[in-house]
Amino acid sequence: MSRPVRLGLFLVAGSGLAAMLVIGFTGLPDFGSAHELVGSVVNLTEPTLRHATDVVTALNFDIRAFDTLGEEFILFASVAGVALLLRHMRDEPEQEGTTPGIEDHRFAGASDGLKLTSLVLIPLLLAFGAYLVFHGQLTPGGGFQGGVVLAAGPIAILLAGRYLSMKRVAPKRVLEGADSLGAAAYALIGLGGLIFAGVYLKDPLPLGASGHLLSSGMMPLNSIAVGLEVTGAFLLTWTEFLDQSMIGPPSSSGGTEGP
Amino acid sequence: MTALQIIALVLVALGGAAVVLTPEPLRQTMVLGIYGVSLTLLFFVFQAPDVALSEIVVTGIGLPLIVLAALRKIRQQEQRNGDEEEERTGEP
Repeated sequence: MSRPVRLGLFLVAGSGLAAMLVIGFTGLPDFGSAHELVGSVVNLTEPTLRHATDVVTALNFDIRAFDTLGEEFILFASVAGVALLLRHMRDEPEQEGTTPGIEDHRFAGASDGLKLTSLVLIPLLLAFGAYLVFHGQLTPGGGFQGGVVLAAGPIAILLAGRYLSMKRVAPKRVLEGADSLGAAAYALIGLGGLIFAGVYLKDPLPLGASGHLLSSGMMPLNSIAVGLEVTGAFLLTWTEFLDQSMIGPPSSSGGTEGP
Repeated sequence: MTALQIIALVLVALGGAAVVLTPEPLRQTMVLGIYGVSLTLLFFVFQAPDVALSEIVVTGIGLPLIVLAALRKIRQQEQRNGDEEEERTGEP
């Protein structure tokens, strides 16, 4: 296809798209004036009926708790897929700590400043991650965000030192366990609702005082389950990818420098 | 609309264009991280702190690590292919 023909095609398609966008955007309500009924209902009911002060978490773990269950298992399945594919590609048995040359793999290019910053960051990341997970129903955050922040803690160990140190803190078996346990825990919490309240994922626990750490029934438990799964899932994915690039097949001559 | 919201919208527009216009993947990863921060700012000034947190953990930590590891792997592979070529033909 020649350049003028392609340009002509683009102009036709582009002007069509632009026209559709203009028509669509002019039909929108004015900025800040849209107050949807669903939003108002959620804002009214969640703090009073569920004692949750962060309505977004309440939405995730209460109103659409079943959707969250589906998302949990989407994450679980995709991480399992990544692990299966990358392990198959490496074509070698998984033997923790016995890979030859693994001791050498470090960020040789890491400056002292980066190492120090990473070391200072480790406790801060862990504390902030735990805060986000445990205060899911109270303040912005929740299991997913807290889980990723928690997973960044061991990554700071990698930046501060050696890949092996990170793998010692977070070995694959533990990560697999956390990933599976978190996913299973969320499903089992739902089952608890079926047993004690008669409906899957219905809240059988006392709601507590609004604003307290232990309030909003099952929401803190759900948040912890999601946090556990997300921490395991992200770290496992990163470990599989880093195994590929930090260790790689034995024939690799490089691998001692940072990316 | 407040001034902060306008600034955030402009930053996101510029950042998105910058990510697309960056040709080199390694540099693009860095630009993407900065773009993520501007998106985080956008969500924050539009009063969606939960989404802002998700955004910053995904574009700040989650995505770059995977992309960087993949880029390093590709570079290793290219290096090894180059070495093999050298051995076969006997010239660099």
